[in-house]
Amino acid sequence: MTTRLPSRPRFATVLLLLTVLVLASACSWVGWDWDTPMSTVMPKSDFGKMTHEIFMLISWWTLGIFILVEGALLYCCWRFRDRPGAPIPKQIHGNTPLEVSWTIAFAVILLIFVIPTIRVIFKTQEAPASTALRVEVVGRQWWWEFRYPGLRITTANELHLPVGQTVAFHLNAPDVIHSFWIPQLGGKRDVVPHRVNQLVMTPDTPGEYPGQCAEYCGMSHANMRFRVVVHPKGEFEQWVKAQQAPPVEPTDALAQQGKTLFAQSACVGCHAISGVSAGVLGPNLNHFGSRKMFAAGLMATTAENLTKWIENPAHMKPGALMPNLGMKGEQSKALAAYLLSLK
Amino acid sequence: MTSHAASHVEHDPNIGITGLDHRKMGMWAFLGSECMFFGSLIGTYLSYKGKSLSGPTPHEILNIPLTSVSAFVLLMSSVLMVLALAAVQRNDMKWAKVWLFSTAMFGAGFVGFQIFEFTHFVNLGLTLRTNLFGSTFFTLTGFHGAHVTGGVIWLLALWALALRGKLGPQDALKVELCGLYWHFVDIVWIAIFTLVYLIP
Amino acid sequence: MATHAAFMPGTEAKSHGVLWSWITTVDHKRIGILYGTSAFFFFLVGGVEALIMRLQLARPDSTLVGPQAYNELFTMHGTTMVFLAIMPLSASFFNYMIPLMIGARDVAFPRLNALSYWIFLAGALFLNASWLFGVAPDAGWFGYANLTSRQFSPTASIDFWVLGLQILGISSLMAGFNFIVTIINMRAPGMTLMRMPLFVWMSFVTQFLLVLAFPAITVGLILLMFDRFFGTLFYAPAGGGDPLLWQHLFWIFGHPEVYILILPAMGIVSEVLPTFARKPLFGAPVVIYSGIMIGFFGFGVWSHHMFSVGLGPVADSAFSIATMLIAVPTGVKIFNWIGTLWGGTVRFKTPLFFALGFIAMFTMGGLSGIMHASPPVDLQQTDTYFVVAHFHYVLFGGSIFGLFAGIYYWWPKITGRLLDERLGKWHFWLMMLGFNATFFPQHYLGLIGMPRRIYTYAPDLGWYFWNLVSTIGAFVIAVSILVFMVNVVRTQRSGPTAGDDPWDARTLEWSIPSPPPVYNFARVPTVHDRDPFWLQKHGDGHGGKPAGRPAPASAAEIKAIHMPPPSYWPILLGAAFLFMMSGALISIYQVVLGGLLTLYCMFRFALEYHRPPSGGGH
Repeated sequence: MTTRLPSRPRFATVLLLLTVLVLASACSWVGWDWDTPMSTVMPKSDFGKMTHEIFMLISWWTLGIFILVEGALLYCCWRFRDRPGAPIPKQIHGNTPLEVSWTIAFAVILLIFVIPTIRVIFKTQEAPASTALRVEVVGRQWWWEFRYPGLRITTANELHLPVGQTVAFHLNAPDVIHSFWIPQLGGKRDVVPHRVNQLVMTPDTPGEYPGQCAEYCGMSHANMRFRVVVHPKGEFEQWVKAQQAPPVEPTDALAQQGKTLFAQSACVGCHAISGVSAGVLGPNLNHFGSRKMFAAGLMATTAENLTKWIENPAHMKPGALMPNLGMKGEQSKALAAYLLSLK
Repeated sequence: MTSHAASHVEHDPNIGITGLDHRKMGMWAFLGSECMFFGSLIGTYLSYKGKSLSGPTPHEILNIPLTSVSAFVLLMSSVLMVLALAAVQRNDMKWAKVWLFSTAMFGAGFVGFQIFEFTHFVNLGLTLRTNLFGSTFFTLTGFHGAHVTGGVIWLLALWALALRGKLGPQDALKVELCGLYWHFVDIVWIAIFTLVYLIP
Repeated sequence: MATHAAFMPGTEAKSHGVLWSWITTVDHKRIGILYGTSAFFFFLVGGVEALIMRLQLARPDSTLVGPQAYNELFTMHGTTMVFLAIMPLSASFFNYMIPLMIGARDVAFPRLNALSYWIFLAGALFLNASWLFGVAPDAGWFGYANLTSRQFSPTASIDFWVLGLQILGISSLMAGFNFIVTIINMRAPGMTLMRMPLFVWMSFVTQFLLVLAFPAITVGLILLMFDRFFGTLFYAPAGGGDPLLWQHLFWIFGHPEVYILILPAMGIVSEVLPTFARKPLFGAPVVIYSGIMIGFFGFGVWSHHMFSVGLGPVADSAFSIATMLIAVPTGVKIFNWIGTLWGGTVRFKTPLFFALGFIAMFTMGGLSGIMHASPPVDLQQTDTYFVVAHFHYVLFGGSIFGLFAGIYYWWPKITGRLLDERLGKWHFWLMMLGFNATFFPQHYLGLIGMPRRIYTYAPDLGWYFWNLVSTIGAFVIAVSILVFMVNVVRTQRSGPTAGDDPWDARTLEWSIPSPPPVYNFARVPTVHDRDPFWLQKHGDGHGGKPAGRPAPASAAEIKAIHMPPPSYWPILLGAAFLFMMSGALISIYQVVLGGLLTLYCMFRFALEYHRPPSGGGH
């Protein structure tokens, strides 16, 4: 009695195996690089690490279940495949002990996930210590405002934090629902109008980490990004001092021209620069020049990018609420120079 | 083992294997769905209770004595509905017409009370957009009122059929279906009246 | 009013044209075909929407499609696939197969059944009309408030979405009432509930989910409509409203909805596996109870879609536990399916391939679902491509594969012809390859931080390569669908005829001709088993001799069968209803006029068989 497979399933099997082989090689050649700027699996905070532990626990168990289930499936397909002349198999209707066993086994595995899950839920939603750094996060279409009430700092799109200190984010949005997410530091929390959500974490590794809005919020949702800088010990205070200091007076002529133009234009209606304007609708521009990126993590802070932005914001960022004020040529260059000078 | 299904053919095709008419079962399924519909509306009302930022509050504006009368009217209409069905079932079409029409009139009376109440509230400064109470109150009671109105139209249609001699005991199920709907709408009002008017 | 006037079967198309016979049909089989072809058409529409999105995402900073168009595409893709593809495809099987599988000649409410189709079509056309007016909905398939408010979505796009979904909801509700009554009240003699086929059982649970879940979204949409049209404050934060109310109402609907999407496909798999393993479903009662539990508990897990909104630790924990719990009956079903194959004689025909594909892919989707059930883990995964991968594994790898299993399985019964096996297998393997190439990498993309619903992304995040692979995979899926379409065209023209029972199957629908006569069963069978046809052919496997086929019905018996005549009121009422609903976007006069027309058509519909002239029955 031979158990040779008939030719059609054999062709399909060969094709399948080849495909799997090709894909596997592609995967290993390209590699699954986990150390990317927005990776969630190399956490750099206590919050992230607690989460990651549960993720790894569940991942290993589910991998095991996957191998078992898919393996059983493939085994059945091979072992019980039809052969010419095979009789009608025994008409088995079920097996109660088996049903009970696998139900209980599966439930127990899930219990293994539930227990650390509940523990971490409560731990991560505990009230923060009074020594925590309080940061108010305001998400608006399509940029981020960060306020440090204890430090009297208001900035936008670039969040600075000290390593090793617990930070308590207070999240709010005046317009629609957004979601505040720094993947390398931990999970996200939605930013909901007329509600203050809280997110608490302690970053443990200095570095620069991108963040992004993670709840669809309209036209430029994809462009609502931000940058997080976690400072090594001692350096955060330097940043604070620089931010608290009044804006530097521009020294070169173009920048001075820009300042004058700024103060006379509609810019003052939306933006705030200490001693110059007090607008609250748009990002605070104090020390704008010190930010590596602008327009919510969209573009590098260079003269060229700034000029293009000022001339036509909606062209660079579809739907941007910053109006086109008709600035051109010298005007936009001057404004850009002024903003860049605000280190 | 063959089956002789000829008996099925002479059967009333509307009666199923449970002995219940399909249409009655269908009405119950529909009413189950309506429970979820009104449940969601009531849930919305309750979740916003006491959360209005401004404007007339329930306490200031609801007229409980008057609404109690209209609630009583609706409750009585259910009694009339029962009488209507009984009349149709015993082929007393004279009284069937009376009770069907009366049920419809009581229902219309209830809707009339509601219209009066709504216009009165608007005059007092409470509209759909005034505050959360306005939004939830008018929407919840308005949809209930719309359901009552639908029921009134249904009742008047049955009454019109009866007037033209086209309603009899063989149509008792259709009247019963209307009755089920009518009683349901009445019970929903009991729930709304309690939660909106009576409970502070 | 399920009145059955005397009507000679087989005479429908003779007096008027073919088109008229389809427009006025109340035959559940034709309605099933109408649902099926419409659903497939919209599946292609949704597929094209997906392909365009994948082309846009194939490269970072791509400008192929701008953000407005992209946002419309992901919204319409989701809405189309859920409401206009998977649900009506399931509905086509409910319509065609349920009466056949319970030994009935029709559904409880044939005209209501037809009406539900025409209203579905109205909703589908209305929703897609938004493309023609340049205002396709763009707030996502779950349209979160308050982005959907008039302030932040000023065009008619959301109005199209709201009204379209309301129309579709009415259609689903009607179908639900119809099938609940049909299944309870029209089973053949001897068919107790526990002897019902699994597809009928899963569909039965699905109908309850439909009638109990849709009202929640109906209310949610009404509140949104009122906010947008009348200035109410339901979702308006400035007025004290809470955008989260929408999320609760939506997901109280939305979670049962995903079970509505998967249970019918699970039912199909539970039919296909026993047929092609030549063994009964292992643990059939357990699978039935699992389905019931999934349906019931499915109403208790909705906030697992809201773990990131800040509900608080107690709510998070409660919903997490409930979600883990619901994984148990789901897993049990998978084990029972494997138990069905075990010890069987597995015949590798195309329907079986798709059923196996379902089990394999749905298991993967279920496992990623278990990860989402843990809120801390979910906070990293929600709103990323990880969850996009999860739901595509369960909805495509699950529902679509399961529905294709049903298509290949029941095709010979419906059309009388077999689909080509070779092309079927090419379809399957290309689809498996394409599907996994498209969606498996998305797990990785989510884990390295790619959020969902973004029309583009920066090049320095490491997302480029696997997005490109995913796009290529999507086109492989497209090719596989083309293979299927070629198969359909070729075999309809010149395929082999199928006969009544090409698969040596187990349930009643295989005991009648392919395609079935309009009255389905010449003689209503009496049922003694969950697999009554198998019992007739092969006996009970415990030494008892097979009962054999009963003697065929006589011509007189067939002549005495009364089938419901066609009616034009369903399509007219559907048209009036569409006219009224679309009036909300045009003028109040159209709404009023449409309302009056709708009322008129409702009366004519209701009274169509009131006191028929023949006087017989009522």
